[in-house]
Amino acid sequence: MMQQAAPEFAIRVKDLVVGFGRQVVIDHLSLDVRRGEILGLVGASGGGKTVLMRTIIGLIPRQSGEIEVMGAAIGRSEDRSTQRAAGRWGILFQQGALFSSLSVRQNIQFPLRENLTLSQTLMDEIAVAKLEMVGLKPEDGDKFPSELSGGMTKRVALARALALDPAIVFLDEPTSGLDPIAAGEFDALIKTLQETLGLTVFMVTHDLASMYTECDRVAALADGKIVAIGPMHELLQSEHPWVRAYFHGKRSQMLQPKAS
Amino acid sequence: MATTPQLTATASGDVLELRPAGSWTAANVTTLEALSGTVAAQLDRSKALRLDMAGVRELDTLGAWLLEKMSRRATSAGRRAEIVGVADNYAGLIQEVHHVNRHNPAPVPALNPVVANLNEIGRAAVGAREDVAAFLEMLGSLFLALVGVLRRPRSLRLTSLVYQLYRVGWQAIPIMALITFLIGAIIAQQGFFHFRKFGADSYVVDMVGILVLRELGVLIVAIMVAGRSGSAYTAELGSMKMREEIDALSTMGLDPIEVLILPRIIALVVALPILSFIGSMAALYGGGLVAQLYGGMGPAIYIARLHDAVSVTSFEVGIIKAPFMALAIGIVACSEGLRVKGSAESLGKQTTTSVVKSIFLVIVLDGLFAIFFASIGM
Repeated sequence: MMQQAAPEFAIRVKDLVVGFGRQVVIDHLSLDVRRGEILGLVGASGGGKTVLMRTIIGLIPRQSGEIEVMGAAIGRSEDRSTQRAAGRWGILFQQGALFSSLSVRQNIQFPLRENLTLSQTLMDEIAVAKLEMVGLKPEDGDKFPSELSGGMTKRVALARALALDPAIVFLDEPTSGLDPIAAGEFDALIKTLQETLGLTVFMVTHDLASMYTECDRVAALADGKIVAIGPMHELLQSEHPWVRAYFHGKRSQMLQPKAS
Repeated sequence: MATTPQLTATASGDVLELRPAGSWTAANVTTLEALSGTVAAQLDRSKALRLDMAGVRELDTLGAWLLEKMSRRATSAGRRAEIVGVADNYAGLIQEVHHVNRHNPAPVPALNPVVANLNEIGRAAVGAREDVAAFLEMLGSLFLALVGVLRRPRSLRLTSLVYQLYRVGWQAIPIMALITFLIGAIIAQQGFFHFRKFGADSYVVDMVGILVLRELGVLIVAIMVAGRSGSAYTAELGSMKMREEIDALSTMGLDPIEVLILPRIIALVVALPILSFIGSMAALYGGGLVAQLYGGMGPAIYIARLHDAVSVTSFEVGIIKAPFMALAIGIVACSEGLRVKGSAESLGKQTTTSVVKSIFLVIVLDGLFAIFFASIGM
């Protein structure tokens, strides 16, 4: 959506090593995310998907390796200059991580209020606009996070992640805990927003349906490395044993279109 | 890459032509708001609006919304508005903002300030009644749980009880002893300083002894326990409530009162008298130390005077109050914990309420006991 000067890759990860104590979770991992694509990251539960995402956004310190987001090197997440350089990102945490003492409207306005100087009227209008873009009603703005259902929480969290129109959004299992209809709607929503806003989406997911319908590319994380990356149909051809087990297991077979 | 946003307005005949240019993005919002403000008057005067977007280099939701707002301002007054020159990659965004903010919910009318105040007072009154009801309810269910435990002694959570005793009793000893020691020392010092003026030095011991044993020992310790352990109970139970742990217990057929609250309150009821005793001793020791260092009264005289001044009754009066105060602190702390709602703010609020209420109750109880003991002549 931006112009020529912008780098080709939204996220570049080179030779990343992350571990806790003696346990190495991410082992010399390299990954490039192209601008404007939706990249799905799959991996075993506890295999380091969330760790990788949290390392990219600077919440977990790394042992070695380089991370670039929108052409800017990433330091620690609290470092505001890093964030600014990264062109601001939006993050959808697994549990939403909405501020429980603020209303939905205030939650969405929070990044606006903190980062920009603008009138309250405009802020209210933007909050309503974002709410409607994620498929909620303006009236929902007065609710508090504890009064929201799981699906609504995810939508509000997405609206907050999008408040500053970031170039990149990170989604941590956006459809987990949603019923298939709500999950399908959420997928469609992310796709629509990605198209209208020109977002780059980095999505940790277990939802095979999301991968088929939504992701431009899917990366498989196993043994701390990216073992396969590419569009869904390429991944299905992969020879790596874990990837085969993941996509050709019983549950996956049930979901696959007959053609594949 | 980012360029300063601009907005040029040219009126040709009845048509106002607006040409936004540059980066219409959130980063420039201050400029953008000012820019759209400047054309508002012209917008209202003109018969039709033509929005030429060809110059826009960057656009996001915020910029798109500001442009949409201009065209909406024109159309709402029944005039014509057209948007031209939209780059392909922004067409979707322009479409999207065209649909938002269409039906604003009617703003909730503000209440008359007098009515609002009365409303507050009424709610507070009802709230006070609910507080009493909650206290009594907790007392009742605690009693029931206790009866249940007495009938089936094995259902008492012994491990939990011992652990809570360790936390609210054993671990509290150093701080309680230190604070009561200092209080005893301060009272003695003040006593010597003022009583010396009319040669009543020796009565300082009477004052320290009676005050500490009857009132201060237990009162100070109870207030400290309310702040130290009562607040911890409220915060623990509150966060368990928030994370649905208490609901999980109930669905497993267990009574949260019996599993979580009974051991905590029994621990408090056991620990507070012991702490009061330790506290009173520490205060007397502090008084004695000051008597020697500041008042020039040797330990032997101090102890002999103390022996004359206080009786077992003074000690009894103090220590009898302790379990009741512990019960009040425990019940308030636990019932406030269970009243925590979903938000972090509510957890903080209930913890504050718990400490304030239990300290208040402790002091009220102390007053009631004073009246009671006076009337039975103790």
